Amino acid sequence: MNYEQYLNRRIASVPPSGIRRFFDLASSRKDAISLGVGEPDFKTPYLIRDAAINSLVDGETQYTANRGLPELRQEIALYLNGRYGLSYDWSTQILVTIGASEAIDIALRALVENGDEVLVPDPSYVSYAPGVTFAGGTPVPVTTFQKDDFRLTAESLERAVTPRSKLLILPYPNNPTGAIMEKQDLEKIARVVEKHDLLVISDEIYSELIYDGHTHVSFASLEGMYPRTITINGFSKAFAMTGWRVGYACGAEEIISVMNKIHQYAIMCAPRQGQVAALAALRTGRENGYESILAMRDSYDRRRRLMVSAFREMGLDCFDPFGAFYVFPSVSRTGLSSEEFCSQLLQEKDVAAVPGTAFGPSGEGHIRCCYATAIDKINIALERMADFVQHHL
Amino acid sequence: MTKLETSLLDLLREDCRLPLEKLAVMTGASVEEVAEAIDSMEKRHIILRYSPMINWDLTDRERVEAMIEVRVTPQRDMGFDAVARRIYRFDEVKSVYLMSGSYDLLVLVEAHTLKELATFVASKLSPLEMVTGTATSFVLKRYKEEGVVFENEETDRRLVISP
Repeated sequence: MNYEQYLNRRIASVPPSGIRRFFDLASSRKDAISLGVGEPDFKTPYLIRDAAINSLVDGETQYTANRGLPELRQEIALYLNGRYGLSYDWSTQILVTIGASEAIDIALRALVENGDEVLVPDPSYVSYAPGVTFAGGTPVPVTTFQKDDFRLTAESLERAVTPRSKLLILPYPNNPTGAIMEKQDLEKIARVVEKHDLLVISDEIYSELIYDGHTHVSFASLEGMYPRTITINGFSKAFAMTGWRVGYACGAEEIISVMNKIHQYAIMCAPRQGQVAALAALRTGRENGYESILAMRDSYDRRRRLMVSAFREMGLDCFDPFGAFYVFPSVSRTGLSSEEFCSQLLQEKDVAAVPGTAFGPSGEGHIRCCYATAIDKINIALERMADFVQHHL
Repeated sequence: MTKLETSLLDLLREDCRLPLEKLAVMTGASVEEVAEAIDSMEKRHIILRYSPMINWDLTDRERVEAMIEVRVTPQRDMGFDAVARRIYRFDEVKSVYLMSGSYDLLVLVEAHTLKELATFVASKLSPLEMVTGTATSFVLKRYKEEGVVFENEETDRRLVISP
């Protein structure tokens, strides 16, 4: 049977994820050390797991409210207010989703119409551009550069804006680069957003993983940006809860209620145990000063420094990534493309990293290395990479 | 305690063989500062020694461990400290803790054989004049100590590559 004629052309036209091919390649090498993961190496703190276990023991197996457990939404409101100075009404402005991924998807579907352009910093997380296409819009990459520490600049943004631009995705701290945006960087972006009457999806999933004295600034906390911003966050990165799939979106009541329309028909609600666990994460965090986040952050920071310093010693250009858990060194000195570098490194040295091009064309010349891995493994991987790089310089 | 000292303790507790250079990179301090901080913590008896965590069950050494709950009469002026001192001087004694609850001291004892351990309790510990009673429990298996799980190695369940 020829399925071509049945398949949705818009969706079929989106190329498969660049990560996928590499995943197959890396999976075939059993002894490879992987710096290619995109999640914490910690397990969810046991207190949080315990809350979900108890909820199962107590037979809490039903749907929750579409928008999420009221107690959880109340805690999210408290958390965002306490950590980032944002005020959202829990009953009308917060929607609990299946990971930040669902939040991004339904935000795009709620806002984007055929022909709308969505500005996406490049390189960025793999799902934004396809999400825009799925929603009927056109993703417009806005290149970021190593010379700017991969921050989005007002000039690049201004150059990419057209009369059809509707929305900007602002993914900082950034995956794959580890870049952050400081308050003054965001303020310049805010001016462009205001001038061109854009809305912003601010994906702040890595907001808790920020190092070396820097602090996270929520885009919605900037003057004039609150009504224009959908703030997206979740539990995966801060609380090492990737597999639970719980995130949330916050914003204007009018937007959240349209997002909820998609959510309630497509999803019904985020899984209850995930929500119960998330509630425990926020409650205990509020009570103990987020000690589990702080401990994990300290541990990431040490490994971050180790990795950055090792790449520089190898002679690779590596800017200081102050967020997330990725280092994004330039491998162009080796004369290899990102893809070639990663494939050969895997085949010759059994170390897996992700080619920068998996995150957009401007990732060319870079590789993404995740430092959420045990120190001894990082050290071995770095030694092997140093050998590899020396051979190619 | 400085922030550097706290970070160093976290790192050394996991792996005390990390070279000074790596410790310096990871804490953002200079090699000299790291060396100085470690030296100072050694002098202040914060760091007492650098020893590996050993799973003796996998070695061929004969070894018996017991936890002994000890009830004692505290000494005038010295409280429990004098009693504890009398007890911890025995080589067989690995750890001694003063406890709240139904007994006073928890004594961890290690010996080569059951007989040796029994002799220690019967002829050394119990006869001490301030000891009024003991209850000995043998360790059958160690599951976790100092945050390290002794059972089969936990595997990394993460996907090798993920976005």
